[in-house]
Amino acid sequence: EGLAKSGITLEQIEHLHRRFKQISGDQPTLRNLRQAPDGLADEINFEDFLTIMSYFRPVEMNMDEEQLDHFRKEKLKFLFHMYDSDNDGKITLQEYRKVVEELLSRNPHLEKESARSIADGAMMEAASICVGQMEPDQVYEGITFEDFLKMWQGIDIDTKMHVRFLNMEPIAHCH
Amino acid sequence: RGAIPARGKDRGRLLVLPAALAQEKSSGDHTAVSGPHFFQIVSFKWHHVQEPYIIALWILVASLAKIVFHLSHKVTRVVPESALLIVLGLFLGGIVWAADHIASFTLTPNVFFFYLLPPIVLDAGYFMPNKLFFGNLGTILLYAVIGTVWNAATTGMSLYGVYLSGIMGQLDIGLLDFLLFGSLIAAVDPVAVLAVFEEVHVNEVLFIIVFGESLLNDAVTVVLYNVFDSFVAMGADNVTGVDCVKGIVSFFVVSLGGTFVGIVFAFLLSLVTRFTKHVRIIEPGFVFVISYLSYLTAEMLSLSAILAITFCGVCCQKYVKANICDQSSTTVRYTMKMLASGSETIIFMFLGISAVNPDIWTWNTAFILLTLVFISVYRVIGVVIQTWVLNHYRVVQLEIIDQVVMSYGGLRGAVAFALVALLDEKKVKEKNLFVSTTIIVVFFTVIFQGLTIKPLVQWLKVKRSEHREPKLNEKLHGRAFDHILSAVEDISGQIGHNYLRDKWSNFDRKILSKVLMRRSAQKSRDQILNIFHELNLKDAISYVAEGERRGSLAFIRSSSTDNMVNVDFSTPRPSTVEASVSCLLREKASSVCLDMQALEQRRKSIRDTEDTVTHHTLQQYLYKPRQEHIHLYSRHEIIQNEDEKQDKEIFHRTMRKRLESFKSTKLGINQPKKLNKSHKRDRGQKRRNSNAIPNGKIPSENPVQDFTLKEKGIDNPAFSADDDQSIYMKFPPWLSDEDSVVPSQRARVQLPYSPDNFRRLTPFRLSNKSVDSFLLADGPEERPRAFLPETTHM
Repeated sequence: EGLAKSGITLEQIEHLHRRFKQISGDQPTLRNLRQAPDGLADEINFEDFLTIMSYFRPVEMNMDEEQLDHFRKEKLKFLFHMYDSDNDGKITLQEYRKVVEELLSRNPHLEKESARSIADGAMMEAASICVGQMEPDQVYEGITFEDFLKMWQGIDIDTKMHVRFLNMEPIAHCH
Repeated sequence: RGAIPARGKDRGRLLVLPAALAQEKSSGDHTAVSGPHFFQIVSFKWHHVQEPYIIALWILVASLAKIVFHLSHKVTRVVPESALLIVLGLFLGGIVWAADHIASFTLTPNVFFFYLLPPIVLDAGYFMPNKLFFGNLGTILLYAVIGTVWNAATTGMSLYGVYLSGIMGQLDIGLLDFLLFGSLIAAVDPVAVLAVFEEVHVNEVLFIIVFGESLLNDAVTVVLYNVFDSFVAMGADNVTGVDCVKGIVSFFVVSLGGTFVGIVFAFLLSLVTRFTKHVRIIEPGFVFVISYLSYLTAEMLSLSAILAITFCGVCCQKYVKANICDQSSTTVRYTMKMLASGSETIIFMFLGISAVNPDIWTWNTAFILLTLVFISVYRVIGVVIQTWVLNHYRVVQLEIIDQVVMSYGGLRGAVAFALVALLDEKKVKEKNLFVSTTIIVVFFTVIFQGLTIKPLVQWLKVKRSEHREPKLNEKLHGRAFDHILSAVEDISGQIGHNYLRDKWSNFDRKILSKVLMRRSAQKSRDQILNIFHELNLKDAISYVAEGERRGSLAFIRSSSTDNMVNVDFSTPRPSTVEASVSCLLREKASSVCLDMQALEQRRKSIRDTEDTVTHHTLQQYLYKPRQEHIHLYSRHEIIQNEDEKQDKEIFHRTMRKRLESFKSTKLGINQPKKLNKSHKRDRGQKRRNSNAIPNGKIPSENPVQDFTLKEKGIDNPAFSADDDQSIYMKFPPWLSDEDSVVPSQRARVQLPYSPDNFRRLTPFRLSNKSVDSFLLADGPEERPRAFLPETTHM
């Protein structure tokens, strides 16, 4: 039933299973490779793996408005959870900063300060989009999922967030 | 492109009329030629200036026409400019002909291919949205190659079939001639597409597909044209299978060769601009010369010149924009747009003029009508079939509406005309028929289809392009998104689009950028940073504009009151204040001659009012008085105004101070000492903003603290004078450890008026982002126009 919900075809499931086995070294679960303390789960099994991958399937032509909307929300929720590492329902400044730092970490010439100020700026922007005018004493706690949706309103996520399961040949083992 | 007639002949044709005129007028010259008997104070030397004069005159006429057209907004909204220009050309041609019964001016292929076409294509390539272009490259290539071949083949064959049936009457023509004609009429024309689509504003994907197709089909057109041209020359009986195979091979050679030439020159150009730090004045020149050379080189090697210059622009974009200084970047942008726009205008006008040439007019109803029918019908069929195939591979499906726009937007233009004019009438006996037909087809597509495409797009509710202000969040999320997608692709074992893009950007960062970009540019060149910086500047500018609008820069929170009041200045403002601020900001020259004496005086006389703060601010923090200013003019150097740098520092410092006075209830107050120290440290240093100063080196510490003025907290009173220690009591958000974000003063008040009225140079040309530095002397009205934000793609 879970599989049916996720909407992946049987063939794709097979392929993903093969891939899963390849990555996990034939173990039933994947260990958390990052060893970061704030990961929620230490291991994931194939079902979780499938669920995650199902977020990335492309939009089908025959979806109606409601389905599309639901689809989109699902994808955004996934993204939201990626940012919200402590899973409290909002993306706080700290979490956001962390995200930005990681994003800009590839550039060796940028210091942490820059990442921080950018994160602050982005937070400000988010605040002004989501809440508009705020009272002087009001403090913006964090980006909630509704605000997150608002921010993504103009962007066409359905078409961008997908991975094509066309090529069935597995490539190198990812490290 | 086959045999190009000698230049002299063209020139002669161009200049016949005025020469005739001149001869009538300057009969007196005859005596001058034989030797004056007296000293002539003034003489009429028409022949001397003939050539450049005529050219300049035509350019002037075209530009004046543009002014006239745009006087009537109603007309330009409905009728595309290109159509108006063609009509004007017809009109002018009619006048010339009526006056002299000579058709003297035509659009000669030489002038067209060497001078008029390159700027347009270069402009297209240089400002091409790369991400979008390469994202849809497969689609574009399919349409460009297969689509054009299909169009050419079907049109040629159908016409031949119809000819065989006899409707067209007797013509001295063979299958190969038809195929030749088909190949030159089949190609979608970049000039026409640009001219029409830029007024229509369809969504980006659609535009890039049609436009990309029009650019990339040049290779096919060139090959087909040359192949059939030489086949016709050889004679139909001598064509063998080997020749056909050679033709196919030549397609690959021409296209890939052209691309390769473009890439090589792009590499050269990027490399050169890396070292032009000390010759900033001629930096823009390099861009144009080297790109033009790529065009000519490809032409010389009989490769596809359009492909070469397109890819030169496409590939060098990133590095050149990173390397050259801001002023040069602006210069390049404006010059390119100007040249492209000018060329386009001239092309269309001359298309009209060239049509008024009775010598070439041959009318054959069946041929002309059928050509029109065939090209439209076959285009539709071609598009439908190809889209059907493509939709299996595309994730973003192309719907019926898109297909309609694509079919309808397949405009023919000047390239077809130039190609047909190049035909050798000895080999192609019916050249005149072809020319007439081409003219009619071009006119039809440009005028009729151009006129009707806008209503069609509106009626079909095609998704339009929306220009949105670039948002920092979008950029961030976009970037995170890309990473996530690449990761997922990697996990799932796909070599997907994102994977490839990731690999390319790795390669680019590690190798290419190190070679081609200046060291300073490498460090600071990050899209997110750039957006951040750009938004900061925009905010700052809108702040100043807001200040002007309200009468003074003092919508400050005075230190005494706590409410964010924009103090109501009911007291009459001295006009000097406004005038000087506004004048100051509108000064285009880099020298600021502002008489600060008046403001000094006021400052001394007014205590503890907003005025003091304003003037104090102006004097101390933004503008240095420049009573003794020696302006050095040099043609060879841009003298970096020392004061500019200081101004920028001061400005940044001010901005930061403003941010510090955020009121925060949660944040505990204090470590003023710590703050003081950091301030002193910062003040002591000369900071150079590397983006703003072309020559700048990266400051050794905290460069981006300067950028923190992004927070829309510019509504804020850090304009308090130095003696107000209270600012040091406040904690800037970024030094706090709290999780909460305090919105700025400004975020609480209305978002200020953001100069939204900037007219982009050409509305649709997906324009370049500007990293123009905030040269304080530039006026805010001018500056917004310089902000042509790059469409932020994710």
